[in-house]
Order: sequence, then C-alpha cells, then structure tokens
Amino acid sequence: MKTRAWGAAQLLASASLALFLLLPIVALFATLSWADFLGGLRNPLLVPALRLSLLTTTSSLALVVMLGSLLAWRVARNPGRLSRFLEAVSQAPAVIPPAVAGVGLLLAFGRRGLFGSFLDRHGIALAFTTPAVVLAEAFVSAPFFVQAAIAAFRRVDENLLVVARTLGASPFRTFLRVGLPLAAPGLAAGAAMSWARAVGEFGATILFAGNLTGRTQTMPLAVYTAMESDLRAAQALSIILVVTAFALLFVLRRMAPGTQLLGADLRGA
Amino acid sequence: MLEIAVARRIGEIDLRVDLALGRETVLVAGPNGAGKSTLLRLLLGVLAPDAGRIALDGQVLFDSGERIDIAVEERELGYLPQDYALFPHLDVMHNAMFGLAGLQREERLLRATEWLERLGMGHLSRRFPAALSGGERQRVALARALGRNPRALLLDEPFASLDPVARRELRVSLREWLRSWRLPALIVSHDPADAVLADRIAVVEKGRIVQQGTLDELRQSAASSFVSGFAAEGD
Repeated sequence: MKTRAWGAAQLLASASLALFLLLPIVALFATLSWADFLGGLRNPLLVPALRLSLLTTTSSLALVVMLGSLLAWRVARNPGRLSRFLEAVSQAPAVIPPAVAGVGLLLAFGRRGLFGSFLDRHGIALAFTTPAVVLAEAFVSAPFFVQAAIAAFRRVDENLLVVARTLGASPFRTFLRVGLPLAAPGLAAGAAMSWARAVGEFGATILFAGNLTGRTQTMPLAVYTAMESDLRAAQALSIILVVTAFALLFVLRRMAPGTQLLGADLRGA
Repeated sequence: MLEIAVARRIGEIDLRVDLALGRETVLVAGPNGAGKSTLLRLLLGVLAPDAGRIALDGQVLFDSGERIDIAVEERELGYLPQDYALFPHLDVMHNAMFGLAGLQREERLLRATEWLERLGMGHLSRRFPAALSGGERQRVALARALGRNPRALLLDEPFASLDPVARRELRVSLREWLRSWRLPALIVSHDPADAVLADRIAVVEKGRIVQQGTLDELRQSAASSFVSGFAAEGD
C-alpha cells in the first residue's frame, strides 16, 4: 500500500471508531433538555439507588482491595504453581458473562446453594439482600484490581525488599512500608477500574440480588427500571453515572499520571 | 567472627564455600557466574543452603543439621546491594531512619543524622534518592546500614554502578571507613581494582574457593589463569 493511502486508511479507521465510541455518550447529553434533566433527577428511584450504589460499591471495593492486595502480593512475590493457580482463578470472572456469574452466585450462595444451604441452616440468607449486591459487585470487579495489583507489585525491585528485611523489617512491615507505597499508583489505577466496573454491574446483581428499591436496586438497575416508564428519568440517571465515572478518571489521571488504566496493567506481565 | 560453611546447588552452579572472617575485610572475587551473588543470598538468609552452617560471633544463623534458620531481619547484617537500593519514596533522612524502627523518634533522628554526617551526607537529608549522584547514594546506603550497628557488612560490587572518578574517590574513602569500623566485611567483586580494600582475597570459580591470600600471595603463586589476571591488575 502506498504511504499516503496507508495514512488515509489509519485516519479513516480512527475517525470511524472514535465517532462510534463517542456518539452514544454525546447522545446522552445532547438529547435531554435542562428541564427534563432536572425533572429526571426528581424521580423517586434516584436517591435510594444512588445511596445504595455508593454503599455497595464502597463495600465491594474495600473487600476487593483488602483481600486482593494480599493475594496479588503473594502471587507477585512467590512464583510457583499455587501462584499461577491463584492468578488464573482471580482472572476467571473477567471472562464469565455477568448473567452467568449471577447464576453461579445463586447456585453457590442461594438458599439451596453449595455454601448457601450451610449458611441457611445458621439463619443467614444472602440472596436478594444488600450483601448479595456487594458480593456480585466484588465478583465481577475483583479481576480488574487483582491484575493491576499483581503487575504493580511485580514492578517493585526485589533488592529493595531484601534491603528492608536486612534493616530489621518483618515481611509484613516490608509489605506495608516498601511494597504498598511503591505500588500505590498501580493499585490506585486498579482500584479505580475495579470500582468503575462495580458501579456499572447489572447482570449478576439482578439475578443474584434482584431489583428491590432501596435494598438491591443500584443505579444501573434503576436506569433499567426507569426505562420501562420514563426514558427521560433513565437518561438523567445515566448522565449522573457517566459524569461520576469521568470525574473519577480525571482525578485519577491527576493523582497518578502515566499509570495505565486499561491495557498493559490489566493484561499483566 | 563470621564463619561460613555452606553448600547449595542452584541451576548450573554447585556452590561449596568454607570461609571465616575475623574483624577484617575479605574480598570474594571471581568471574561472572562463579556463585558470588548466590553466596551473598545464602548469608543474608534470602536463600537457604542445601546443607551447612553459618555463625556470627558465636550465634548460629543457619544450621542444616540443627534445623536453625534465623530470619533475614534478625541476622543483624549490614547489606549494600550493587545499586544501593535506596527507597525511592523516602528522602535521605527517612532512608537512614528506616532501620531504626525500634527506637524512639528523637533517638532515631539523632542516630540517622549522626551517621549521615559521618559519611558527609548530612546536608542532603531532605533530598530524594533520584536527585543524588551514584556516590552520594552509596554513602546514604552505608549510613542506613551502619545506623543499626550491624555485626558484619556484606557489599555486592560496591562500585559497579559508579563512574570511574567517583569509583576511585569512594574506594579510598571506603578503605578508610572499613579500617575504622573494624567489622567483619565481605565484599563481592569481579573488579581487580577493589583488591585494595581487602585484607584478604578469596577467589571463587565454579562455586569453589580456588585460592585465598593477600594480593601479594596470589601474585606469587596463582592457582588459575583468572587468579593471575586478577592479581596482575589489582593494584
């Protein structure tokens, strides 16, 4: 192909794809009047859904970051069969369709599920409760954090960790004072991606937790519910979701410039 | 006194080393892949010997027979890796204070300041490692290690990451410091010029010590072509 034709092909492909990706976002904003937006904000679904989304995604993020950091540290610092297994398991949810994840969660933690029946005997019911929302969000969002954390921890120079130990630091203090701070930008990027995934979670939640206003109806579920009666309200809720996500992306770029949000970090080393 | 008798097979290298250091500096020299770095990792406790015993001032750090393996952080060894491994997220003062976690804050500050000043780095205490020259990094790393009063020092290719001028200057300084500290010090190096630092040289080839002695002794009866080359250049 001639150089100019090759250049034109790249430009055309880039423009088409960028336009395709941008158009739905633009449409969200462009097709709603200010009055309709304010009207949508008064929809009774909004406040409970927003509150629930905030509560559940913060909880699922805390769960994923705490357990995921330790798992990622182990995988990054102790190469071996167990680590390879742990890494593979922590990635599995990324390729499972969310609806399938919902069915799986129900079969595991539902009243008659593998583990759920045990919980049920002790008077604990998970399915169709707020904790079920947290579990669904943690399940689908964990891979995003864990993979970024493994990559970030792998980039920490082994020599620094050895030196920290020779300076009297226990393995735990070495993790806390050297591993965590040096991996922090990567961890923050992973946490943001993981949080974004959790905020948008729909399929697993509706199957495993249901769609109960104030208890399990998160923002995406509220958008879905609003769509059935009032497109304007759905649109207003969607705009709030999009603006929140972009604001987070912006803050994160500021906080940790140069960190990969998608791409390399998530594919791992 | 640091007593070492270790064996470890790792990949191509079958390392078997018997070595004892008093309050002196011993240079472990040898070509790349001879097992020098492995020896350091065994002493530090990062890697366990297949068999053997390591003792420091009468305390056993490792004994395969007795199943003793003291954790890295409890061996009280000062370690200076090749790139000095300063913590990039901490300034010079906090690097120097890192190893003093058990002490009161004032005491930590005092001791870190004292060592930084002794090594001529007191004025850089607020700098971050990225803003230091290679020579400055080495001094800060030494101050950080020595602040803990280690019972022995392990140095891995201490000048490999410096330019020739800094190398010459710091070699002279380090020789003086090592003499004044009177610690068992083990320096791993493949650079014959580092021989001036040492009271004694142990040459390792293919995992074995092939010869030990002063530079003069090595020169007089070299046990291998590496030894004769090393001794000829080492002045």
